[in-house]
Parts: sequence; C-alpha cells; structure tokens
Amino acid sequence: MNNYEFHWNVVFDAFPQLLAGAFTTLHVSVLSMLVGIVIAVLLALGKMSNSKVFYHIANVWVEIARNTPALFLIYMAYFGLGAYGIHLSPYFAVFSALVFINAGYLAETFRGGFQSIPTTQYSAAKSLGMNNIKVYRYVILPQMFRRIYHPMTNQFVWSILMSSLGILVGMDELSGETQRLQSTSFRTLEFFMVAAVMYFVMTKLVLFISSLIAKRVFKGEIS
Amino acid sequence: MNLFTPLSWNDTGFILTGILNTVYISVVAIIVGSLLGLLVGFIRAESNKSVNMFLGAFLDILRSVPLIIQLILFTTFIGAMGYPLDPFVAGSIILSLYTMAFMSEVFRSGFDSVPENMVKAARSLGMTYMQTVRYVRVPIGMRAVFPSWLGVALSVIKDSALVSVIGYMELLRTAEQLISRTQQPLMILIGVGLFYFMISYPLSRYGKYVERKMEI
Repeated sequence: MNNYEFHWNVVFDAFPQLLAGAFTTLHVSVLSMLVGIVIAVLLALGKMSNSKVFYHIANVWVEIARNTPALFLIYMAYFGLGAYGIHLSPYFAVFSALVFINAGYLAETFRGGFQSIPTTQYSAAKSLGMNNIKVYRYVILPQMFRRIYHPMTNQFVWSILMSSLGILVGMDELSGETQRLQSTSFRTLEFFMVAAVMYFVMTKLVLFISSLIAKRVFKGEIS
Repeated sequence: MNLFTPLSWNDTGFILTGILNTVYISVVAIIVGSLLGLLVGFIRAESNKSVNMFLGAFLDILRSVPLIIQLILFTTFIGAMGYPLDPFVAGSIILSLYTMAFMSEVFRSGFDSVPENMVKAARSLGMTYMQTVRYVRVPIGMRAVFPSWLGVALSVIKDSALVSVIGYMELLRTAEQLISRTQQPLMILIGVGLFYFMISYPLSRYGKYVERKMEI
C-alpha cells in the first residue's frame, strides 16, 4: 500500500477537541512551572543552607529529578503511588511528576544564578548603607533574574514537551487527546501530524512571547 | 484463583533483556547522533546564513516536537508507505536524529570556541584546510564542549525510555509488563529508577567535575 490517501476532514472536524487538548497541555505546564518555581526556591535555599537535614533533602530531590527519566517519574506517580492506595488522576499524576522535575532542574538554575553574583557586590551595597532587603531588592535579585530568565523559559518549553508523556497514562492533553481521536477514526498519521504542528507552534509562541517580555523588562541588557 | 504470580528470580533474565536493550539503543543513538551532530555542527559553523537558516529550521522541528510524537509519527508514516521497520531500527533512527539535533548545537559552539587566530596560525604553519580541521579545530573544540556532550548523552539514555511506545522492549516496558503480571508496581519501579540513577548520577557528577576543572 504505497498510495496512502490523506483524509483531513476528520481532523478538521475534531479540531476543537485538539485545541482543548492543547489548552490542557498549556494549563498543566504553566501550573507545574509555577508550583515548581516555588519549590525550587526552597530547594535552592536548602542546598545553600548550613543545615545538614535541609541540604540532604534538597540534594536527594534534585538528583532524583535530574537523573531519572520523566516517564519513570510519571509511572511512579501513577502506578507506584497506587500501590499505597493513593490513586491519582492522570492529570494529577503528570502534574506532580512535572512539578517534581521542574523543581529539581530549576533549583540548580536558581542556585547557579545566585552564586554567579560575586559576594563583593553584597559587601559593596552594604557599605553604601543599604539594608539587607534593599541589597537583595536592588542589587542581587535583578542581576540574578537576568541570568535565570533564559533557563526558566527553556524549562517551560521542556514542560510543554514532557507533558506529551501524558499519552501513556491516558491524560487528556494534546497528545492523549490525539491518541483518543485517532483510535476512533484510524487517521493516525493525519492526527499526529497536526499534533506535531501544534506542539511546534506552541513552543515557538512561548519563546516568542518570552523574548518580547525580555526586551521590555531587561531593555536589551540580556544576551 | 490467583491470577497474579509474584516476582521471582526467574524474572531477572527478563529484566536483564530490558536493561541490555536500553543500553543498546542508547549507545547506538549516542554514537550515530554524535557523528551526525559533529558533521552538522561543522557545516553550521562553516556555512553562510542561508544554509544555516535552512538547517536550523530542520533541527528546530526535531527539537520542538515531543520525541514521543516523532516516534509515533515516524512508525505510522513508514507503515503507511508500506515499509514497516523493526521497532529497534525505527527507534534508533528517530532517537539518533533527535540526538543529532542537540549534539549539533553542542559541537557548533565547540567549533566556534576555537579562536580564529589559532586556526590562522595552523594555516601559516603549512597545514592544509583539512589538517586544521583534523588536528586543531576538532580536538580543541571538542574538548571544550565535553561536559555539554556528556549532558546530552545522559539525556539520551533517559529519553530512550520513550522508545517503548513503538513496541521496543526496553527497561521501562519490561518493567511495565512485569507490573501487570505481578501487581507489585512499587518494588519494580524503584528498581528501574535505581538503574537509571546509577548510570546517570556518577556520569553527571563526573561531567560537573570536568567542567569545574576546565574553569580553573
């Protein structure tokens, strides 16, 4: 069968459902990113703290997140926790795995960004008579934010791409929705081609918006 | 009647096949992807804007479409065209291309990191163009990007878990089948996670160590 006939009508009819799936993808990525950032700040503080307990908790979290496949963590949340009687919905399983990964990766980004600022700047600001809050507000954090902005954008794009693993636990995000739709119409190729284009557009859109924000906020002071 | 049989020592062989298959496809993808990435990275470092834009767009597609979608799309495509491939072959092709997309960027920055004056000096010593590539640009440029290369290679090992969707019996898929037979997800999954961790963690530590050493 070398002459495959493309039938696009089924796909166009199902387009609203695909869009809804894309919305869920964005939804889970944004939420997991926001929660991930909060936890990442705590983990970064933990990795820099003098307390052994906090350091080890943060360290174990970061290393597990960075050194195991995303799919493994999703399975762990979906099947693994089920063994304890905690049955997560597919959405929540993917969400929690993404939060875990985002937090782990971002913690290292935050720590690196923080440590890349020379401590002499802190002393200099102090000697100018700034108090601690002012030092962070006007000197340390703005510079740090500039350095972690691009890695954060990348992590967000990664979350969008990783959420496609939801297909394997039956989540209703873009790829899961595509899988469901193609299983009733058997237009696998068409559906997944459209899904691929949608993922591409989504990631490009995110990068574009992020560069617009960067231009406005940093006024060209970012590489 | 009990439908599920508990985990036994007889399953070690089954798990071992999964481990070997994971290692196998990862090694193939890393080698092929690195070689292709080296070539593409070199072309990108050397060529003009229009070629670069064209290549860049292609690599961009590979990088911004989820691997799982690429795998499904590719297997369906070759199936529809009438040339179905073995899951291992299809998986290696896509995983290698995916690796190439990331490696080419790594190697390109490696080529760019070699100072131009060094290449000029080599030329003035009578080296041919190919000799400067072979003896100056590749060794010096590649050494500079070794930590990033290692990072990409490690992510390929982790991404190889996704090849299970097209039916390749790698570690996570064997684990999944064992889980559905034994109904002991926790123990099996923790074992699988430990395996990935034991490969990835020491190597990532080594990468960080090399990176720190290079900074000094």
